Amino acid sequence: MAAVAVRGSRRRRLRYVTERRGILATLLISPAVLFIGLLVGAPLVLAIYLSFTDATAGSLSGPWLGLGNFRHELNDPIFVDAIWHTFLFTAISQAVVIICAGLLAHALVHRFRGRWLLRFFILLPWAAPIALTAMGFLWFYDPQASIFTWFLIKLHLVSAVNHPTWLGTPTAAMSSIITVQAWRTIPFATVIFLAGIASIPQEVDDAAAIDGATGLRKFWYVSLPLQLPIALVAILFGIVFTATDMVVPYILTGGGPFNSTQVLTTWAFQTGINSGNVGEGAAIALFMLPLLAFVTVLMLFFARRAEVT
Amino acid sequence: MSIALRRQLFTYGIVVPFAIVLAFPFVWMAVTSIKHQGEVYDPTKTWSFSPTLENYGFLFHHTGYLRWLKNSCFVGACVVLITLAVAVPAGYALARLAGRMGRSLGVAIFLTYLVPPTLLFLPLSRVVSKLGLEDRLWALILVYPSFTIPFAIWLLMGFFKTIPQELEDAALIDGCTRFGALVRIVFPISIPGILTVVIFTFSLVVNEFVYAISFITSSTNRTLTIGVPTDLIRGDLYNWPGIMAAILIPSIPMALVYNAFLNRFITGFTGGAFR
Repeated sequence: MAAVAVRGSRRRRLRYVTERRGILATLLISPAVLFIGLLVGAPLVLAIYLSFTDATAGSLSGPWLGLGNFRHELNDPIFVDAIWHTFLFTAISQAVVIICAGLLAHALVHRFRGRWLLRFFILLPWAAPIALTAMGFLWFYDPQASIFTWFLIKLHLVSAVNHPTWLGTPTAAMSSIITVQAWRTIPFATVIFLAGIASIPQEVDDAAAIDGATGLRKFWYVSLPLQLPIALVAILFGIVFTATDMVVPYILTGGGPFNSTQVLTTWAFQTGINSGNVGEGAAIALFMLPLLAFVTVLMLFFARRAEVT
Repeated sequence: MSIALRRQLFTYGIVVPFAIVLAFPFVWMAVTSIKHQGEVYDPTKTWSFSPTLENYGFLFHHTGYLRWLKNSCFVGACVVLITLAVAVPAGYALARLAGRMGRSLGVAIFLTYLVPPTLLFLPLSRVVSKLGLEDRLWALILVYPSFTIPFAIWLLMGFFKTIPQELEDAALIDGCTRFGALVRIVFPISIPGILTVVIFTFSLVVNEFVYAISFITSSTNRTLTIGVPTDLIRGDLYNWPGIMAAILIPSIPMALVYNAFLNRFITGFTGGAFR
């Protein structure tokens, strides 16, 4: 009897606790916060610590160097070039993405026959694992048997004996990896742009039509401002994921030829993992933080804007 | 020309060329995958050749491909389970927490998704070796939730916000506990949303490259994304037809699933806090 009563009161107490909104919410959220703190927050702090040390492979710490790693990197021409390459790689690929995805989203928003199939084709580059499709492009850019070269020879745009090698010269290699990065980002940006267009209520469209706004003017003064917040989120996403990702340059060029496609991430990987200079690698990777901070501030700003509209 | 016709022309005039450019690499992969190794370098056999399935057979019987596929699926399944266990309650609570507090916390968790693996792989590789998890799939299972949980919470917040609060209130009035309302009312109707999270979480895991290549060293423990680029070499040469087959096998089903769940993904992604 007594045991039952105790169990009952304990259950009631438990029930009383979980009925309070604040406590229930804390209970539900804290595992996530704990997980993120341990797996993102702590390593980030550790990365900052390592960047001040001379840690090498196999150890978690090393002699304190202060700003030594950073000073060393800023005097290294490969590193300075890598920053410039990261900027080029990101800016050009994402500019192409914005234009293409904008056009494509505006065309895809209407219903038409064959939409499902065409959308499947358009989604392919996003759905397929990029490490694998980058291997595909390594084959398409093959020095002897590139399908692109074969096309150009067929069209008599290049000669069969003296054709371009897509990954062989600095300019061609940079253009090639930018192309692949744009190709893989377009579907995602299109999808988010599409969401932005779809979120404009029909009434706004109708009101604009009654006021005589059509075509480009309607786009410029009505549609564009309304979809801008969501579109900007897609663009910022694209910038972050391009500037901080290493798959495409790592697989296609490995940073070469002559470090001409070396970006921050590939250089950090080479220094930190391949050469085993963990502290230096961490210092290189940390140069991504200012960009991340900048994008974070912008995102917060636009998130607030989007709520107002 | 009527407006409807002009609109149709505009649509097809843009969508069709883009679809061709974006999908062409996969067409060429498919063509290469059914050629003999000796034919792929011959420009006269660009489109005319005797098709073969030997590359697929080679992939399954003479390489670690199936093993890598299995590894990727195993890691994916484990990470999906961990992610759901942590993210579903958090996503729900954040969607229902009214006011500034809930919204700021939601955005803060989302922003952690932006912290890239390329920034964390060096410290984490040291942690992994301290834990004795080098070259083990468990290292990936431990680390991958660091980006799947924020992503999943974000999507789930978007889904839960579309469920009217009145449903739960009605259940509370009928004598349900808060927790009971959650389990009996909210979760069942969010199954489509949760399924979407499962799919995109799984694909994030299968796509991951940086951690996998930093933590895994032996061939048998490789996942798809690092096995295919590093191990499919025949003699001194890349086995190109085999590699093309290896790319197509996971890519086509993934794209089909993406296409089927695209609208739900958009609802979740844009519904989080940007609305």
